[in-house]
Amino acid sequence: MSRLPFYLLVGLLLLVGVAMSLHRHYQLEVPWTPGEQRQVWEVEALVNFTAEGDPVKVNMALPSTQEGFRLLTEHTASPGYGLSFQEENGGRRAQWSTREATGSQQLFYTAQLLVAPDSRPPRIEAPPLRRDIVWERPYDTAAAQVIERAWSRSADAFTFARELIHDFGDERQGENARLLLTQFERSPLLVRLLNQAGVPAREVSGLVLEDGRRRQSLTSWIQVFDEQHWALFDPTTGEQGRPDNLLLWESSGQAVLEVQGGTNSQVTFSMLSRNQPAAAAVRNQLNEDTLLNFSIHSLPLEDQALFQTILLIPIGALVVVVLRILVGIKTSGTFMPVLIALAFIQTTLLTGLVGFLLVVAVGLVIRNYLSYLNLLLVARVTAVIITVIGIISVFSVLSYRFGLNAGLTITFFPMIILSWTIERMSILWEEEGPKEVLIQGGGSLVTAVLAYLAMNNPLVRHVTFNFLGIQLILMALILLIGNYTGYRLLELRRFKPVTED
Amino acid sequence: MWTTPGKLLAKGIIGMNRRNIRYIGRYNSRRLYPLVDDKLKTKLLAEQYGITTPALIGTVSTQFGVKHIGEMLAGHTGFAIKPAKGSGGKGILVVDHVEDGGFVKPSGARLSLTDIERHASNILSGLYSLGGAPDVALIEALINFDERLSEYTYEGVPDIRVIVFRGYPVMAMMRLSTAASDGKANLHQGAVGVGLDIASGTAVRGVQFDRTRHDHPDTGHELASLQIPDWPTLLGLAAGCYEMTGLGYLGTDMVLDRDRGPMLLELNARPGLAIQMANGEGLRRRLDLVEKQPEGVSPAERVAFARRHFARHSELESTEEVAAATAG
Repeated sequence: MSRLPFYLLVGLLLLVGVAMSLHRHYQLEVPWTPGEQRQVWEVEALVNFTAEGDPVKVNMALPSTQEGFRLLTEHTASPGYGLSFQEENGGRRAQWSTREATGSQQLFYTAQLLVAPDSRPPRIEAPPLRRDIVWERPYDTAAAQVIERAWSRSADAFTFARELIHDFGDERQGENARLLLTQFERSPLLVRLLNQAGVPAREVSGLVLEDGRRRQSLTSWIQVFDEQHWALFDPTTGEQGRPDNLLLWESSGQAVLEVQGGTNSQVTFSMLSRNQPAAAAVRNQLNEDTLLNFSIHSLPLEDQALFQTILLIPIGALVVVVLRILVGIKTSGTFMPVLIALAFIQTTLLTGLVGFLLVVAVGLVIRNYLSYLNLLLVARVTAVIITVIGIISVFSVLSYRFGLNAGLTITFFPMIILSWTIERMSILWEEEGPKEVLIQGGGSLVTAVLAYLAMNNPLVRHVTFNFLGIQLILMALILLIGNYTGYRLLELRRFKPVTED
Repeated sequence: MWTTPGKLLAKGIIGMNRRNIRYIGRYNSRRLYPLVDDKLKTKLLAEQYGITTPALIGTVSTQFGVKHIGEMLAGHTGFAIKPAKGSGGKGILVVDHVEDGGFVKPSGARLSLTDIERHASNILSGLYSLGGAPDVALIEALINFDERLSEYTYEGVPDIRVIVFRGYPVMAMMRLSTAASDGKANLHQGAVGVGLDIASGTAVRGVQFDRTRHDHPDTGHELASLQIPDWPTLLGLAAGCYEMTGLGYLGTDMVLDRDRGPMLLELNARPGLAIQMANGEGLRRRLDLVEKQPEGVSPAERVAFARRHFARHSELESTEEVAAATAG
């Protein structure tokens, strides 16, 4: 029988598992370790205008995930207004509308943006060149001369843009530039000139993020395209490149705010930076309902907590698999230690160990008496279950009376499993003697403690919960271990006498 | 304290994992397990194939039937009560003889009829069966074991474990119960394991608690002189269990009865690895050789093949040798 399909399956599981994890890490910015802090900007846009009692339509540009920033969540507060989000010409926009409004109006929009230095910029199509540029005299000659001057000193679109902006700078401002600036605004003028020279460009609006700033407004930037690439230029200094703290609010060359049925409209921004644990930042991620983004985090919080535990079970099971197959430790009941370890997570280790030993020890004594009663098996185990519940109750009350609140967590022990453990150990005691009980009981406890340490590790918890691909990797690992025909560690001791002579 | 995997490999020792995957997983079809996991089925099957087993006094399959055990046992002096689906010798109660209405175990402990009934009731409710499934209690006549072997054992009946691989008897050992093992024939409880030469049925090596032994700890009798009577017949019976069950990797537990010769006590689809310790040799070389043999060889030929290829010389010292060694 060929083992090829088996190794193919293992390879596939590993590959898919690793790919899923890498996707989560690189595409969705989920960090590998739980302690990592991520910077999150909370930006609030406040739209102010005076309504005149007519139907009002407010259309505002919204930021989207871009180079350097990932949009986590967004909220609006706008009582009395209908709201819809639209996608237009590659830009996102919010549209508020109401039938009737009078007086001063305020609309709020807040966005949480994760600082993500590795976030790849989405591909942006260059805007079409505007061919309909017409200059009045005498601006046409001034424009032509400015373009020619910059053109002769440049090599490509970006250097041309830089030279052009420099020519409008304070130091080098020539006659032509001054003339043009009397008639046009700087940014639209630059875009006009660039277009005239055959370089696609547009004016975009960005927000310079500074912690704690209020009443800020957007600044204007020139986005210049050169075939595959684009670059951002500061229209006053001509500096090329996006500052790290610049958030592009509107990047499709449209108006930031359009208000119909209102006057004196303006939008101001306030912002706040805070550091939050990466895991929390992940939780705030917008749920994009694609298959690859399939994530436990789209569930309600309560179910997420449940899954956090469920996803840990394979880790505990892996510990059992390793200890039984590779080490050769005997346990009482194959996966009983995992369940005990789960209880330890609730009770903390020391309380758990003490509680477990107390319950099992007292249970064994009582079970010993039950064996004299000559009962049928099911009835006897049931009696043990009730006894275990009794022991747990007594210990809870006692520890509470003595002021040991930790004792109350003893109720987290799986009672049915404990009862079977007691039953099995009791039979083991009768048949094989106390030594075997110590070996198997000790083995179970060691396994449970190791499983607990593995499952309670913050890194393990973070990784299993945030990377579902890990489950596939675990699966592949367990399949591989299931294929292991070598010696167990303890067999090296067991078979030693044979090799001696 | 520890050895290295290389040394074990050189000795041909097989570990649990290899046994499970390479032999049990490959040669023992799951579907055949019930044949050996249920002693009643094994017994009935063995009868069909002409393999001798201890005489069946009766079976108890209902709690109601437990009350009639007393009637069933009337007239029998020695018997054993076993769970049909028990494993590892669990739940086997041996009564050596009946005395004044009391049942005497080989250890001398006396049991009342109530004790016997409770034991049977425990068996029925699945206390000793795998997974706690409801079970049937078998009552078998006690084996009148061969007097020639009585010096080698303390209390219980010594049994002979033969590993049968693809129908070839590959390795054998005798398990002698001791005071330490409480009359039970389990090696890890302190029984003495004596490796047997497949060719002749003579002892090659003895171990107790994984340490070499040259005599029985309780009777003091040397092990070197141990020779199983009727050895070829015993091997033939063991080899025949392959045709009977279809299981490729099988542990057969045999006993020698004074009157009826070798008998099949039970079969095990997951035989342990302690036999390697008793023989001081790994199973690997023998199993590899058997794997190279073609299918469809008759049991007699397989036994002949095994006796030819797996012959061993005794490593045990007889009493005279020990005496000579100490004198010299």
